[in-house]
This record gives sequence, C-alpha cells and structure tokens, in this order.
Amino acid sequence: MLAYVLRRAAYGVLVVLGVLLLLFVLFFQIASPDDVARRALGEKALPEVIEQWKANHGYDRPLWPWQDFSNNMLFEHYRSMLTFDFGRSDADDVVITERLRQGVGPSLALTLPLFVAGISVGIVLSLFVAFFRETYIDRVGVWLCVLGMSVSILLYIMGGQLVIAQWLRWFPISGFDPDPSVVGRFLALPLVIAVLSGVGGDVRFYRTVFLEETNRDYVRTARAKGAGEIRIMARHVLRNALIPILTRVVVAIPFLFMGSLLLESFFGIPGLGSITVDAINGNDFSTLRTMVFIGALLFIVGQIATDVSYALVDPRVRFS
Amino acid sequence: MSAVLEVEGLVTGFPSADGRVPVVDDVSLGIDAGEVLALVGESGCGKSMTALSVMRLVPKPGRIEAGRIVLAGRDLRELDVLEMRRVRGHEVSMIFQEPMTSLNPVVRVGDQVVEAIRLHEDVSQAAARARTLELFGQVRIPDPEARLDAYPHQLSGGLKQRVMIAMALSTRPRLLIADEPTTALDVTIQAQILELLRELQRQSGSAILLITHDLGVVNELSDRVAVMYAGKIVEQGSRRDVLGAPRHPYTRGLLRSIPARAEPGAPLAEIPGVVPPPSEWPAGCRFATRCPVRFEPCRDQLPDATALNPGHTAWCHDAARDPEGGS
Repeated sequence: MLAYVLRRAAYGVLVVLGVLLLLFVLFFQIASPDDVARRALGEKALPEVIEQWKANHGYDRPLWPWQDFSNNMLFEHYRSMLTFDFGRSDADDVVITERLRQGVGPSLALTLPLFVAGISVGIVLSLFVAFFRETYIDRVGVWLCVLGMSVSILLYIMGGQLVIAQWLRWFPISGFDPDPSVVGRFLALPLVIAVLSGVGGDVRFYRTVFLEETNRDYVRTARAKGAGEIRIMARHVLRNALIPILTRVVVAIPFLFMGSLLLESFFGIPGLGSITVDAINGNDFSTLRTMVFIGALLFIVGQIATDVSYALVDPRVRFS
Repeated sequence: MSAVLEVEGLVTGFPSADGRVPVVDDVSLGIDAGEVLALVGESGCGKSMTALSVMRLVPKPGRIEAGRIVLAGRDLRELDVLEMRRVRGHEVSMIFQEPMTSLNPVVRVGDQVVEAIRLHEDVSQAAARARTLELFGQVRIPDPEARLDAYPHQLSGGLKQRVMIAMALSTRPRLLIADEPTTALDVTIQAQILELLRELQRQSGSAILLITHDLGVVNELSDRVAVMYAGKIVEQGSRRDVLGAPRHPYTRGLLRSIPARAEPGAPLAEIPGVVPPPSEWPAGCRFATRCPVRFEPCRDQLPDATALNPGHTAWCHDAARDPEGGS
C-alpha cells in the first residue's frame, strides 16, 4: 500500500511539473511582462516606471532558458513554486500566503456545508426514487433531474438573486461577514442554489448505483435468509454502492479548500475562489500560478485518497 | 409420512402487452419430511419461479396470483411480511444457481453465515461463529477456521457453493430449496456437491425441493420427480416410475435426449422445436405443438390428470386413452 502511494505521488510530481509549464506558456502567450506591469501600474505609466516595476518583480529577465540559461523566468517560476515561496501579488503587492490564509476560511464556510448537504440530499433523494423504481414517482424524479442538469448554474444564481434576494428580500443579494451570528444569512442563498443545481446529476448517478446493487444476486440471498429491507439496504447494498459513490465524492474533498469560482464571485464571498477569479481578470500571474499550483497538488491528493479509500471499502482491491 | 410442503393450484404471473401471463399455471405438488422432490424441466418452464413463489420472493413485477402454499400446516400466502421473514432462512432455506454472485462480495463469508443464524436465533456472536465453524466442517470446507474470515473472491466456485449450503442449513430448515445447485460448477465439483447434499439430507432429515434440468442429478438424488413444461406439471411420480416408465411424451423426449445415452457417432436425439413463449401457449395441452403422438383433442382440450401406478400421474390425452401403457 505504502509503495503504491509513493509511486502514485511520484507520478503526481510529474503532473505538477507539467501543469506549471503549461500555465507558464499559456499565460505569457496571452500577456507579456509589460502587460502585467501596465495592469498593475495603470495604462499611463511612464516607460521608466514600468522598467523599474519589472526589475523589482523579476519580470525583466528573459522568459526562456535558451535565452539565458542561468537567469530566466521559467526556472525562477519552478524554483519559487517548488519551494512554496509564493511571494507577493503582482496586482497589489500583498503577501500571497497571507491572502491564502484569509481566503481559506470563507471558502470552507461555503464549500464544507455545501459538500455535506449535497451528498446527504443526493443520497436521500436517490434512495427515495430508487425505492419507488418504475412508478410514476421514479419517472417524474428522473425527469426533474434531467431538467435540473440541463439548466446552467448561472441561471440558478441570477434567478435566485433576483427572486429570493431582490423581490422577496429573504437573504442579502451578496456579501460576507465572518461574524458567526450573521454569516449564515450570507451563505444560505449560495448554498441552496448550489445544492439545487448539483442535485439532479447526483441523484441520477446515485439512483443508478442503488438500482444496480438492489438487483444483484447477493441481495436475493439476503432476502432468502430472512433479512428485512432496511437491514439489506444498510448492511448489504450501501456498502457495495459506496464503492462507485466514493470515486465521485473523495476526489472532491481536497477542492473544498479551493472554494468555488462562480459562487464566490457572484455572491461576493472573499474566499480562494474569488481570489482566483480576480487574479485571472487582473493579469496577476504570481497569485494565479499559486492557485493553480495548489489546485494541482490537491488534485493529486484527491486521486490518491480515492484509490486508498477503494482499498478500505472493497476487499477485492489490493495494490501491487 | 406428513407433508412438509403442499402447494395447491399455484399461479404466478407477469404483466405483458396482452395482460398478465401466468409463467406458473396451476401447479400442485407436495413434499414429505425427509423426501427429495426433483422439479425438472427446460429453461423457462417456470421451475425457478415455482421455487421463488414458495419463498414469496418472486421478482417484481411478477406476482403470485392464486393457490395455496402450505408449509407445516400454515399457508405462507396468509403471513404478513414480518412472519414471512421468520420463515425465510429459518423454516425454508434456498441455495441458488450462481454461487459466484450469490454471496455479498464485501462481507467475510463467515459473517454472512453468522448473520443468517443470528437473524433467527438469539445467540451471541461468538456462539454463532462457533456454529459456523462447525457447519464449515460439515460441508467439508478445508481449513474452515481460516475460511471464516475469507472474502468470497478468495474462494473457488465449489467452496462458495459449500458456504451457501452451510448458510442454508445453519438454522436446520424443514425444507431446503436447491435451485440448480450444481449447474454453474465443474463436473467434478458437481459430483462432490451432490454427494454432500445427499449426505447432509440423510443426517438432517430436511426435505429438499431440487430444481434442475439435469436428469443425471435427478437420478442421483431424488425420491420423487415432477416434470414441468411451459408452466404446468405434466408428469409426477416416484423416481422409478417417471424415469423408468415415463408416460408423458415430453418426459420420454427428455430421457431420450440425455447425451450419455446416445449411440457414439449417431446424431444426438432432441425434441424438435422450442418451448413457445407464454403468450403463444396453446389452449389445450401445452406440449401439443411439439408432441410426436398428438391427436384430436390435444390442441384444444387441457388434459386431465391420469392416475397410472399409485402416486404416478400424467397430464396427457394419450396416457388417458391407454392407462396401462403400451405405446
């Protein structure tokens, strides 16, 4: 098992190196160091001020190693990421680690309840429609799921803000306040909207898994030995259904730390998601690469955690 | 001897485009204590559905529509869900055709037998485990202590079927239903499992309803035989009568089709045609479309039971016109 995890981690390092290269190439394909500087200083900045800014931020070096092997931006990019030396934001010179520390709290305040609520609602609803399989309840349920999946989350967000916040005034349209007594008011609307927009796909997936398992021979055996339906569900079906469900769930856990790009920026929640969106919009390379780097690391962690959790619930899975 | 199970006029049906179709149609049979009744027929003749009906485990949307299923004096159709649950695995156990998939893949096999015991008896985990170990020994699982903690995928098909048999016998049921218990296994393993079933049956005195399409298995294990075709029982009697002096042309056809009896080099005997689907069953004798001796009434008139020897009955117009036999 340990050997397997280490080998996966080694592959993961290669993936991260590739991601960092891709990011570097794509970013500087779109924006030159001059663009980054002008974005930070304003369009009317004098050429000598721009040169000064680039020198201070290390953007005065050539991009590629074949231009100057000992002093280029690509190697410096790798060095600072791999040593977790994230530096300061290109946009406003704030220390990036400090900004991450401030952003992770609001992000988790949104994503953690969203994760738990999404899974619970999805599993409960899917057990419900699976129990009523091949009745009109099941058919209407699946129909609603497909409808829910087909509508863009943007429509849920804007519709929710218009109807629930603007017209009904049940919740604020956007904003955030970390004070525990009021934070719920700000998080309620994005939570409900996110659960609603995601539940259709989840229910359809979980329903298929449950239906597949309840038709298996071992369920018939359990019935034949006199087990009740609830016991069959809890002791036999759920454990087997957990295997495919885990794939979908465990891989998502690390990303809770990254926040949600869309929800945070639409609802003005100052988490890591909106930091990422701001970095993209502001040509803020040093912040953006940090977020992408952390995202890639979390992705690798999620993949390994999924594989390990497989081995924990399915005795047929052994690593070699 | 007293009857353990008496089934009378059982009808089990499934919905289809032309209304409900009975896949088990007016089936009656009885099994005495300590007796092995073999229910024989081709795939799709309704023998497994008969067995599942006795357990009241007919898969949806199928349903038992009529008849009585009397186990030790109680009609199982009148029991509520909780009472039926106490019957299943306790008074009637079942072994299935597919040992490969009939055990839960993520639960240790010992625990699955322990669960079967503790569902019906108020015993401690340790006591149930000790009993399971003993049962594993009885069904001749080698190294039973270690196998208790094995997962199904670590056992061969034969061992899995032994675990299923141990599970089925764990609560000493009155009746054991074995649905094609050896069909999925290698020939050598088949013989071992049959030998085991026969021996356990002698020890425990449980009655067995053996479902099979294999007449060799019938000959090995059964006391009495019921032959089923297209949802109906066509001939019933002692093993010696049915296998030795069959009176229904379908039974004769089955016996002729046993490959071991074929002349070397000669083509294998077969019953021409196929079993018609339930929606195309003839109004008269179900076998009329394939019968070599059919005559005037067969197509339109359902044959009555014709008593031959004591306990030997055939549902056949040909047998009825000549009860002494001769053809």
